[in-house]
Amino acid sequence: MQRSLYIDAGKCTGCLQCEMACSYENEGVFNPAKSRIKVFTFHQEGRFVPYTCTQCDEAWCMAACPVDALSLNRLTGAVEVADATCVGCKVCTIACPFGTINYNQDSGKVIKCDLCGGDPECAKACPTDAITYVDADATGLDKMRAWAEKTDNAPAAH
Amino acid sequence: MAWAKKLLRVNLTEGSIREEPLNMEWAADYIGQRGLGTRYLMAETDPKCDPLGADNKLIFATGPLTGTSVSTGGRYSVITKSPLTGAVACSNSGGFIGAELKSAGWDMIIFEGKSPSPVMLHLVNDEAELVAADDLWGKSVWETDRLIHEKYQDAQMRIAAVGRAAEAGCLYSAIVNDLHRAAGRSGVGTVMASKNLKAVAVRGTRGVGNIKDPARFMQSVAEQKQVLADNAVTGQGLPALGTQVLMNVINEIGALPANNMRDVQFDGANAISGEAMLEPRASDGKPNLTTNAACFGCTIACGRISTIDKTHFSVENKPQYWGNSGGLEYEAAWAMGADTGVGDIDAVTYANFVCNEDGMDPISFGATVAAAMELFDIGAISTEQTGGMELKFGSAEALAWCVDQVAVGEGFGKDLGLGSKRLCEKYGHPELSMTVKGQEFPAYDPRGIQGMGLTYATSNRGACHLRSYTVASEVLGIPEKTDPLVTDDKAALVKAFQDATAAVDSLGICVFTTFAWTLDNVAPQVDAACEGEWSVERLLEAGERIWNLERDYNLKAGLTGADDRLPERLLKEAAKTGPAKGKVNGLDTMLPEYYQLRGWTKDGQLTDAVRKQFSLPA
Repeated sequence: MQRSLYIDAGKCTGCLQCEMACSYENEGVFNPAKSRIKVFTFHQEGRFVPYTCTQCDEAWCMAACPVDALSLNRLTGAVEVADATCVGCKVCTIACPFGTINYNQDSGKVIKCDLCGGDPECAKACPTDAITYVDADATGLDKMRAWAEKTDNAPAAH
Repeated sequence: MAWAKKLLRVNLTEGSIREEPLNMEWAADYIGQRGLGTRYLMAETDPKCDPLGADNKLIFATGPLTGTSVSTGGRYSVITKSPLTGAVACSNSGGFIGAELKSAGWDMIIFEGKSPSPVMLHLVNDEAELVAADDLWGKSVWETDRLIHEKYQDAQMRIAAVGRAAEAGCLYSAIVNDLHRAAGRSGVGTVMASKNLKAVAVRGTRGVGNIKDPARFMQSVAEQKQVLADNAVTGQGLPALGTQVLMNVINEIGALPANNMRDVQFDGANAISGEAMLEPRASDGKPNLTTNAACFGCTIACGRISTIDKTHFSVENKPQYWGNSGGLEYEAAWAMGADTGVGDIDAVTYANFVCNEDGMDPISFGATVAAAMELFDIGAISTEQTGGMELKFGSAEALAWCVDQVAVGEGFGKDLGLGSKRLCEKYGHPELSMTVKGQEFPAYDPRGIQGMGLTYATSNRGACHLRSYTVASEVLGIPEKTDPLVTDDKAALVKAFQDATAAVDSLGICVFTTFAWTLDNVAPQVDAACEGEWSVERLLEAGERIWNLERDYNLKAGLTGADDRLPERLLKEAAKTGPAKGKVNGLDTMLPEYYQLRGWTKDGQLTDAVRKQFSLPA
């Protein structure tokens, strides 16, 4: 079964535990600046929104890469960067419609979410279940259930 | 490890900046943040210095766990000598700038001297510069934050600033970071403005590492996050209602001071409570509370994000206040609500917004307005001084007017900016000031919660609930229930809370974790992160050492045991209603026992034995 990160922004409190878990897993330090998942704050509206790569099947980044440094991991569904191949040209960062593949000045390579090889640390660190790792076919199920609950069950007129 | 082991020294007189290694011998004894900052203050300032003179220093200090994934690990403190109390000041704040400073590679910034003209510190990792801030002077904190973000075009930059209140000399000015978190108490913002330092803007992209045993640390952090999640207070009460979960609880036990502490219960308590913040309004169907919000790394998320009713008189013609911002926490709602008799949640939220916007401590502000209302009530001040405003208990209009005046230091706002003690002295009634060491009380009446009387009297920064929150034991039963109406064993309870809290405040984590955690939960996380062995015993010893160091600073500044006093009202005027009816605070019973437990003399001086035991500086 392939699984996906599912983000329910309404549950996010903006604590950045996800950013710390991500950066520690990938960089060995607690460093939100180097996290592959980012929480955005919309202060006037009182909203916090975690955002990261959704792992497109036909990924624009992968198609744009001139050196084939990006590949699809068929087990996890993640598009992964081969550091040894990446030349840091940044074309993928232009191709990605969502901005979720980014250049890292320290390494001279691009970085993106790779689902931690199938066990994403951000989802484990999130204290409010704003980020969960669920069956890829069921990412909308919670939302469907919530709307279903609001649906009028009054019997139709006979 | 976990410390960055570096501090930034900024000499504002010379305009020079240099890097220094952190004194790790001191860190072993005083940990970081509150303890270590106070150790530096003790070493580098004369405790008798003028708090608003160039000789005072202003220290921003993080703890070893700041910037790590320990829950609530984003705290920093501002340590200086207080202009409000003349005692040591240490104001703790959350938000994000503490972790950002650590991520930039610094444990601490020491500001010394005084700049000849307004400046701000711009710090990006190793690159630090003082930048002219003439264009920011005269601007609110919110405007300053916006202008700095625009100038540097970096949304992730974290900013702490002082507002117009501090520039005007308001003695309880706060340093506000991330728009609505604050190093709030004791006038640390007044000191910052006195140095012509308008703002500190930080961007850190280095990250925080140096964890002694990473695997054990991550394991321990995950376990202790779960403890917070499973606890009724930190897992349910605080996220749902914030600290405002307390308003109705404290009112019911007869310990909610009202009308400048004339009363111990407030009829309007429910109207300004956490529950009331969830009630949909008539005008737009929305509740006061939009969402809860976390500081850096916090898995509790007690913060409130609120709106004011657009049709309310305070904002109907001010669309700049129609958006979301930091909402009411309990102490602020009490001071600006119950203590002034104002049961209007929109007026109190408005006052809260303005306190954040221009950097005032809402506790001291609200309590000072309450004192002014009592002075007005007895005729000691009149509309002559206020320019026509009737300062009546319960008047929402008066509250909104006062906050506007103090924010910019105009008219009667100058008097209100003096704080309760100096205001009441000026108008001939010092007995009406509800303060200890010149700092206003927070939201727990010591007639109804006896241990809090000793807490306030002996707090090293003047009246404060956060130095030993015995409310946890006396009201909530954490870690075990004690009777709030008796003085028995409260001296030991207060000492135990003071020492443990001093350790927690020095680590970089939030004291609210201690609703669920004891030092048994804290020590394993510290031990996994920090070099050396960190047991509960060592943390407690460090906490007691820090407490004695702060006391020593105050004694050297000229305070004495005579300053460990409560206002006569709390010792002689009995509670009129509720479970504490007929009670006064029994400070005189508790204080001698407390001095004895501390190993101090009968008049509250440190002994040589204590100095030796904790290796205090000479």
